[in-house]
Amino acid sequence: MSELTSLRIAEARDLLEKRQISSHELTAAHIAAMEQARALNAYLVETPERALKDADASDMRRKKGETGLMDGIPVGIKDLFCTEGVETTAGSRILKGFRPPYESTVTANLFKNGAVMLGKTNMDEFAMGSSNETSAFGPVENPWRREGDNRPLVPGGSSGGSAAAVAARIAMGATASDTGGSIRQPAAFCGIVGLKPTYGRCSRWGMVAFASSLDQAGPMARSVRDSAIMLRAMAGFDPRDSTSADLPVPDFEAAVGRDVKGLRIGIPREYRVDGMPAEIEALWKKGCDWLTAQGATAVEISLPHTKYALPTYYIVAPAEASSNLARYDGVRYGLRKDGETLEEMYENTRGQGFGAEVRRRILIGTYVLSAGYYDAYYLKAQRVRALIARDFAQAFENVDAILAPTTPSDAFAIGDKADDPIAMYLNDVFTVPASLAGLPAISVPAGLSAAGLPLGLQVIGKAFDEECVLCIAAVLEAEADFKARP
Amino acid sequence: MAIDRDTVARIAALARIKVADEELSRLAGELNKIIGWVEQLDEVKTEGVEPMASVANMKLRRRKDEVTDGGIPDKVLANAPESVDGFFVVPKVIE
Repeated sequence: MSELTSLRIAEARDLLEKRQISSHELTAAHIAAMEQARALNAYLVETPERALKDADASDMRRKKGETGLMDGIPVGIKDLFCTEGVETTAGSRILKGFRPPYESTVTANLFKNGAVMLGKTNMDEFAMGSSNETSAFGPVENPWRREGDNRPLVPGGSSGGSAAAVAARIAMGATASDTGGSIRQPAAFCGIVGLKPTYGRCSRWGMVAFASSLDQAGPMARSVRDSAIMLRAMAGFDPRDSTSADLPVPDFEAAVGRDVKGLRIGIPREYRVDGMPAEIEALWKKGCDWLTAQGATAVEISLPHTKYALPTYYIVAPAEASSNLARYDGVRYGLRKDGETLEEMYENTRGQGFGAEVRRRILIGTYVLSAGYYDAYYLKAQRVRALIARDFAQAFENVDAILAPTTPSDAFAIGDKADDPIAMYLNDVFTVPASLAGLPAISVPAGLSAAGLPLGLQVIGKAFDEECVLCIAAVLEAEADFKARP
Repeated sequence: MAIDRDTVARIAALARIKVADEELSRLAGELNKIIGWVEQLDEVKTEGVEPMASVANMKLRRRKDEVTDGGIPDKVLANAPESVDGFFVVPKVIE
């Protein structure tokens, strides 16, 4: 049974294809493992009965030879994706009990391709957080521990439940979403692969909105190949999302195994931030050597506005959030806290329904959009965002992809940064720039820290060139030969 | 620009979020720290730079003006905290 849960998606797909295992067996093994791992709090909702039913349906399809890209593969679904009839809270009290009457496009695509849903994974409330500690339903524990220290660590965030589930082998893969690093940072902290596609690659329809100009769905899995398989099953043009890209979905898996000979890899000098731990810098250097040994050329590049990416993000994202989250008004769905007047009902509902971090971001967003401050903060941030995107565009005239660390540190203990919002925000220093520019980026587990925790390397690519990102990531993966397990 | 208690109360009212009086000072402190930190953007020269609202520089698509959805009032109301006869119910707005 433990063997089944340790399979990668590509391996399971082949065994299913050869009829050596059934989706029922594979799914049942995961359900049993989920029960054993409840202490992680990775799942908010488990859907074992539906999973087994879907697995049986997959086994039937296979008999008829009508299988999709992920047929019979059990996965976790981040609770940000609306799933028809299955409670979807986005980690917030204000959505407690919400059962969407529709299915998000990303999950619909996955299910059309035969994927089996094990349950809904925990996350930071409305995806606002970098540690999964802002979830209204309790933090998620990282399955990893520091050597000689048994304190529970954060899995990163906001896709902390998805990352912990994939790392703990209680999902073969999981959907996630990335607004400023929410796929890549938890992937790095949990020793798995996390891929944020180009903005527009996956539909946002039915995905609970945080910051609409940044939100992008993507896969988490235990190998680069698995991420490629899963992205293909999730992606595609959707007329119901006005920013969905009307482009064909390539066979991303075909890019895995392509060689990197002749590729030019940018090494951004501004990512060498003050106080960066030596082990992160050493890993970055190693990644660079791995690629050059395979025939790529490393090129030092400059992304001069890098240091302004985080403050830009912390204006743009809260501004968009304050607008998006206006919909939670106690009228149409979710929590209602009564008041004498309509106004009071709104204020009570939102005052009690939102957690501290969400409230903080709505207030910041409201402030920077309010009369008299709009130009000074919001427009200013949008202008700096344009400069950040321009930095990347100029760099990509000369390189094919960019290599950087994913995070400035390994996973920290639950509670360690909970009292200092800015210290928490700094987790995303290497991931936010690509988000602002809408570029595809992946985190690959590349080594262990001195404390025995996973560290990730990040590859950032040109818009809609996930294939180049995947091909480089696969080479890093092969060279790193990361075999450690939690 | 420092955010004081009154400013917090004003933006909380704009955002329709009830904030208890005893929380105003603490929130003002937190928001000040964050706003003070983002103000480093003032160092960046942005004259003549067009603000970027989205990386998806595409024109909004149009489609035929026809009904593609609807006729599902029960589904629409299924998650409402309170509904009567096919309507959402809210506290009395007009006397």
